[in-house]
Amino acid sequence: MNALASSSPDSARRSPAEIALIAAAYAIVGLMLVLPPVLVFTEALRSGLGAALASITDPDALSAIKLTLEMTVAAVVINTSFGVLAGWLLAKYRFPGRGVLVALIEIPISVSPVVAGLVWLLLFGTQGWWGEALNRVGITIAFATPGILLATLFVTFPFVTRTLLPLMEQQGRDAEEAATLLGASFWRILWGVTLPEARWALLSGVLLTTARAMGEFGAVSVVSGHIPGLTETMPLHIETLYNGYQSVAAFSMAALLAIMATATVGMRSLFEARIRREEPRKAETAGGGA
Amino acid sequence: MSVLIENLTRQVAGGKVVLDNVSLHVPDGAFVALVGPSGAGKTTLLRAIAGLDPASSGHVEIDGRAMEGLPPRERNVGFVFQNYALFRHLTVARNISFGLDVRPRASRPSRAEIDAKVAELLTLIQLPDLGAAYPQRLSGGQRQRVALARALATGPRLLLLDEPFGALDPMVRRAVRTWLRDLHDQLGLTTILVTHDQEEALDVADRLVVMQDGRIVQDADGETLDATPATPFVMEFLGETLRFPGVVSNGLFVPADTHVAPFSTTAVDGSTEALIRPHEAVLRPDASGGTAKRVGRRGPLERLAVDLDTRTVEIERPVSAPPSGLVVLEIAQARLFQNGKPAVENARLPIDAVTTSSDAIPEPV
Repeated sequence: MNALASSSPDSARRSPAEIALIAAAYAIVGLMLVLPPVLVFTEALRSGLGAALASITDPDALSAIKLTLEMTVAAVVINTSFGVLAGWLLAKYRFPGRGVLVALIEIPISVSPVVAGLVWLLLFGTQGWWGEALNRVGITIAFATPGILLATLFVTFPFVTRTLLPLMEQQGRDAEEAATLLGASFWRILWGVTLPEARWALLSGVLLTTARAMGEFGAVSVVSGHIPGLTETMPLHIETLYNGYQSVAAFSMAALLAIMATATVGMRSLFEARIRREEPRKAETAGGGA
Repeated sequence: MSVLIENLTRQVAGGKVVLDNVSLHVPDGAFVALVGPSGAGKTTLLRAIAGLDPASSGHVEIDGRAMEGLPPRERNVGFVFQNYALFRHLTVARNISFGLDVRPRASRPSRAEIDAKVAELLTLIQLPDLGAAYPQRLSGGQRQRVALARALATGPRLLLLDEPFGALDPMVRRAVRTWLRDLHDQLGLTTILVTHDQEEALDVADRLVVMQDGRIVQDADGETLDATPATPFVMEFLGETLRFPGVVSNGLFVPADTHVAPFSTTAVDGSTEALIRPHEAVLRPDASGGTAKRVGRRGPLERLAVDLDTRTVEIERPVSAPPSGLVVLEIAQARLFQNGKPAVENARLPIDAVTTSSDAIPEPV
């Protein structure tokens, strides 16, 4: 809203249209973004804080929290590693098929998570292509944690790469080439130059991955099998509780998940601000070389 | 550290030849400038020496050692990038010490030694108090010097500079240029510099390598380049040039323009072009000539527009009384070219220039 207010030359004299627009913006934000979490917290605390806390410390709830954290950490670690490699490869090298790869990386953003979940089932379910063969050697993927991890990995796949790619492209290869000529090895350059130079974008991508991994429902719902205490993540557990008319427990869990996600997104906004503050300096360096 | 390049060719994906059979020898201690318009292959050649761009064929030797298969990080070549490529997340001091910090423990100097080296280099680049600053805080000229200090920290004997003055304003440029030349002499470096600015090159380098379309057109000192340019391009690249088409007939160059005096030459008969600097052309009073009038003045020089009926050319001369009557243009000092090659071998070359340049001028292509 600040941006709107300050962009107007004279804030005392706004046209009715302007006022209407601003009011509409506030109303939409209030209705769509503020009201839902407020309702979630109200519902969670309806029987008091004690009841809310008790519902969260229930064994199945704890198990769901634990599983969510495990899946999130695993997805973040794996997708960050590969996301960095992919971003680096796509930003610093030109090769045939690069454009196709860049487009493919975005598939998880455009494909419905449910479809993704179904694909994993098709591949790894007991009736699936490879499910039976894998089962025979003792590997279960569908309706077990590996399936949940795969689903989470799929939906969070693009975030690190997509935040790194534009920045890395803009930075070019000069700093890395300078480091090479100064005698640095590949890994030293990656750790000492490439990643630190892109650190804010990387952190932003990691946090986005975290938030998405914690909240993913669709894909995970399809592959997990909804086994309370075993394959239920927080979002799935919330659904189970809600369907079982345990609304205080459902909303308490939802509130906890909302807090975790909001914290992540809040941190991300902080880093975004840092990125933007570094933007003009980058532009200046780049412009200086031209 | 000498550099020897033999028949270096680089062809990029898509078939474009960016370096075309380039051969170059830079002796130990030399300061050589690679000059030419953008796209001439200067930077590519520099990067090929550093090992950043692989060559399709040819041979590179640094200090008598073949570079084939030697990765850039093992060449110990000091390289300064056009935009400096400083590490934004490191302080000036850590930028400078980077090349030492990344050495394996066995060959890495101690912390104290590295700090001493950094302090020494900071003094050398005249920024003793900026060790703790981040590159963003520095001005263009300061960044440039930090980039240079970083390149020098590992003690390379060969320094490669890619358009090092490109982003600096003119005042700073001149100062950094002089300072760089002093540094080169003081440290006994061998320096190869890329620039598209011929004046800068003439100012700082012992020798200019003029490139065009991926080839070396001429390799000589400034005086030789000016006296006997290998092609009209070299002549025009090095400064303002007037072109006079004409023919040589029976030992006489006859210009196509009116009011330009013919002059005798040893060139063979045929279509010929005479190229001359504006300050080398002379006016001679002639009743059947054209008019000349002053169009500008800078310091002790004035510019005169000479009317040749079909066109006007501008010449330069010391400020003097305006021509009282009609004049013709004497261009006997012009370099003559036939089919893009010098029509007269070393015609105007001073005796001393002949000896220094005889080995530097490549065989006619």
